[in-house]
Amino acid sequence: MCRLFAVTSNEPLSPMMAIDALNVMKEGHDGSGLGLFLTDLGGDFEKFKNEPILSGIFSNEGIKALDRFMIDLDFMVKYKLSFRPTKTNPAGTPRRDNYVIRVYEYPSEWEGLSPEEIQFRLMMVQLQLREMGAKDNSMLIFSFWPDIIMIKEVGDPLTVAHYLGLDRKELLARTILSQGRQNTNYSIDIYACHPFFIQGMATMTNGENTAFVPIREFLMSRNFPGYTGYQSDSEVFTHILHYMQNKLGMGMEMYKHIITPLKDEELDRHPDGALLRKLKQSCRPLIIDGPNCVIGCLPDKSMFMVQDSKKLRPGVVGGRPGIFAFSSEMCGLDAAIPERDINLDDQPMRYETVIVRRERQEIEKWNQWDALPPLH
Amino acid sequence: MEPMGRLTPSALSTKDLPWQILWNKEKCTLCGSCAAVCPVRAIDLGVHRKRTLQVPVGLETRSGNLVSIYHGIDQRTDPAHACMGCGMCTMVCPNGAIAPMRSNEIDKLRFHINQNGEPRRRGGRRNNPDSVLDKIKFVRISMLTDPALDAGRHEFELRTLLGRVLPPDEMLKVSRESGWMPPVREIYPLVIGSMSFGALSPNMWEGLQMGVTYLNEELGMPVRICTGEGGCPPRLLKSRFIKYVILQIASGYFGWDEIIHSLPQMKEDPCAIEIKYGQGAKPGDGGLLMWYKVNKLIAAIRGVPQGISLPSPPTHQTKYSIEEAVAKMIQSMSMAWGFRVPVYPKISATSTAMAVLNNLTRNPYAAGLAIDGEDGGTGAAYNVSMDHMGHPIASNLRDAYLTLVKLGKQNEIPLFAGGGVGKNGNLAANAAALIMLGASGVQTGKYVMQAAAGCLGSESDRCNVCNIGVCPKGITSQDPRLDRRLDPEKVAERLVDMYVSFNTELKKIVAPLGRSTSLPIGMSDALGISDADAARRLNIKYVL
Repeated sequence: MCRLFAVTSNEPLSPMMAIDALNVMKEGHDGSGLGLFLTDLGGDFEKFKNEPILSGIFSNEGIKALDRFMIDLDFMVKYKLSFRPTKTNPAGTPRRDNYVIRVYEYPSEWEGLSPEEIQFRLMMVQLQLREMGAKDNSMLIFSFWPDIIMIKEVGDPLTVAHYLGLDRKELLARTILSQGRQNTNYSIDIYACHPFFIQGMATMTNGENTAFVPIREFLMSRNFPGYTGYQSDSEVFTHILHYMQNKLGMGMEMYKHIITPLKDEELDRHPDGALLRKLKQSCRPLIIDGPNCVIGCLPDKSMFMVQDSKKLRPGVVGGRPGIFAFSSEMCGLDAAIPERDINLDDQPMRYETVIVRRERQEIEKWNQWDALPPLH
Repeated sequence: MEPMGRLTPSALSTKDLPWQILWNKEKCTLCGSCAAVCPVRAIDLGVHRKRTLQVPVGLETRSGNLVSIYHGIDQRTDPAHACMGCGMCTMVCPNGAIAPMRSNEIDKLRFHINQNGEPRRRGGRRNNPDSVLDKIKFVRISMLTDPALDAGRHEFELRTLLGRVLPPDEMLKVSRESGWMPPVREIYPLVIGSMSFGALSPNMWEGLQMGVTYLNEELGMPVRICTGEGGCPPRLLKSRFIKYVILQIASGYFGWDEIIHSLPQMKEDPCAIEIKYGQGAKPGDGGLLMWYKVNKLIAAIRGVPQGISLPSPPTHQTKYSIEEAVAKMIQSMSMAWGFRVPVYPKISATSTAMAVLNNLTRNPYAAGLAIDGEDGGTGAAYNVSMDHMGHPIASNLRDAYLTLVKLGKQNEIPLFAGGGVGKNGNLAANAAALIMLGASGVQTGKYVMQAAAGCLGSESDRCNVCNIGVCPKGITSQDPRLDRRLDPEKVAERLVDMYVSFNTELKKIVAPLGRSTSLPIGMSDALGISDADAARRLNIKYVL
């Protein structure tokens, strides 16, 4: 199963901290990929909190096409951190021309648009670029969103990190999701690397989701252009979260009620059983069949973890005020934050959701048996 | 052969029949049980004259004849009394002296079962052992990428939904506004398909109802049974057990007078109302209860005179368009129970099913759609309808599911598939295949008759006399002398055996696929078939 490590800290951190933790858990991933999601950025990106950042990999031709496309849309590059690896590429990692992180200035005609419209357009630009790149493999696009950087590459995480020089001082973030990939039943495809991103939120998962196909069918039939991709069965977790928050307007307390609802007889005993039963029925195609541990980050930079009842080796959350880490294995957490009170570590079980807010003061827990807040 | 040595065109020998009765004179005790039990009176007492030539040695005494008589059986050869292979003679023979044997060539009888211009009618099935469902394999096995589940120890949630399910956003809106939420039943995904009181004997019906009640109340399995078109005994209507029953209304409206009059006294709502527009075994044809079976009890429940044939019209005669036939009828039935009971149509599988389905998607009261494939069984139908009319269930169901996926309504209108589920004994595998092709649940009738009551029918035109009330097992007979052969308690026991074993087998299928938290509806990535055309048609994997 893939190894997952996420950290949220008041002080900006280098992604190497997360990659080192992945390396401690190395026996659990086969080095088939590294995925990074960085947000609440520090370093050079601290000053660009509102401008969209494009993350991707481009061939030399792809860069030119990107420039033409973005200029046509009236996006101006404000800052860029591109790296062209000079060293020999490690075994298993393809040779690429350009790894690109670019901050853009919004087109002037976007001024005055509603936040929803801007968010929709940003997503559409990302999708268009991805589609353009898919034709000739000239572009691989991971995200296009303010205050978010994503880096993905095939290969062993630590080796890839050294190869790309991810320890550079410009690249710092307070909230980091990282995945060391264990390739399972799908082909080695960079788009199958977690975390997955859509409109400001990201999740990563370990374990296989055997209910993938009906869930994918349900999401794709919502007629929302962002529900696409699905090179990995785990991408649906991100999109379910997005569907729940953006389409159904529900809070994080409902995520687990959708993906792992209570059993029928349990609902009889729940204070909000009637509503939850209806929700379970209406969202029946979104019920996952793990074992899965999902770690994610919401647009407000809260970090969460949930898992299903089949997860025999659950993920763990621990830390101290100011810094908390979410790890698929205990050893990853121990390596990352050794000086913490381990008695306060939490392994969310079948009914629980744990959250660390952006203030990073405590681990908040919700139980599926809790009464729900009123519908809003 | 007639006197004067003439033959009529329909004069047949035993060799021309599909079944020959083999009889062993040495073992026979002449008890007469076989002749008495034969449902079609194919066995006659045979008094045979036998001549033995007496040829003495020498020339003094002339040769002579010794004429003796022996008793045994004669097989009748006229179409009305042709052996249909049920094998009851073998079952009752104390010495194993008699058995029907299938002819080694295609019979000639088939050309003559139309005496007086009346085409063959029969009960039973299509008599074709082919089954696409049997060929579907479950190819996605969890082992190392994710742990396989233990069918014996893990918890499984194998329920399904029957009823119109609102899409999540609409459900939340209705909840907020305290509006009308369509009724939805959480039921076991294997439903006992519609077999009417009348088609089935009272003992069979009672046995099934007892079994269903036991499954629900003792084992916690929410199994549901559909009445078929023939009403429902008033005591059941007014009992709490009606909640396990799906009441069917069809084009003859048989029994609905009684149901409507019972409404004020009903303690519980029925599980659902099924409006039958078509039946897989005889699509485009109405129900048919032949006069043999319309006795006093059946006549009373159906509200008709005794001893007359009851052919339901092919369509609902008071409706003339899909809007009326479907929309209005669903709405009126919903209204009768205060919009608390799901109402759904059942149609025979057909290339026009998508039109019906599309119509249902726009009808907020439609609670689902049941589709019955060509392999469905029947109590009585014209042979030509059974053998040649209809559409296989697999592709029709798959088309329906994918149509709903395209509309984004795959969870809103549950599809129930029937027709040949378990026809060759592979009930759980067939049901699971249909579920993974997109069915929310399956309906089965014939398998229940065979497993719970010992029906003798097979896919080789054996027995098939459900229509004339002479069922040798008492399953489809209304004659108390036959009916009493069937012990309702034993039927109930066998039904429970059947469901419990089905449940274990279903778990044995879904557990290795890594599924336990919900029924794997539409999990088509788990399916494979070694027929490339079928794989393409069903949009599943082609495996060799």
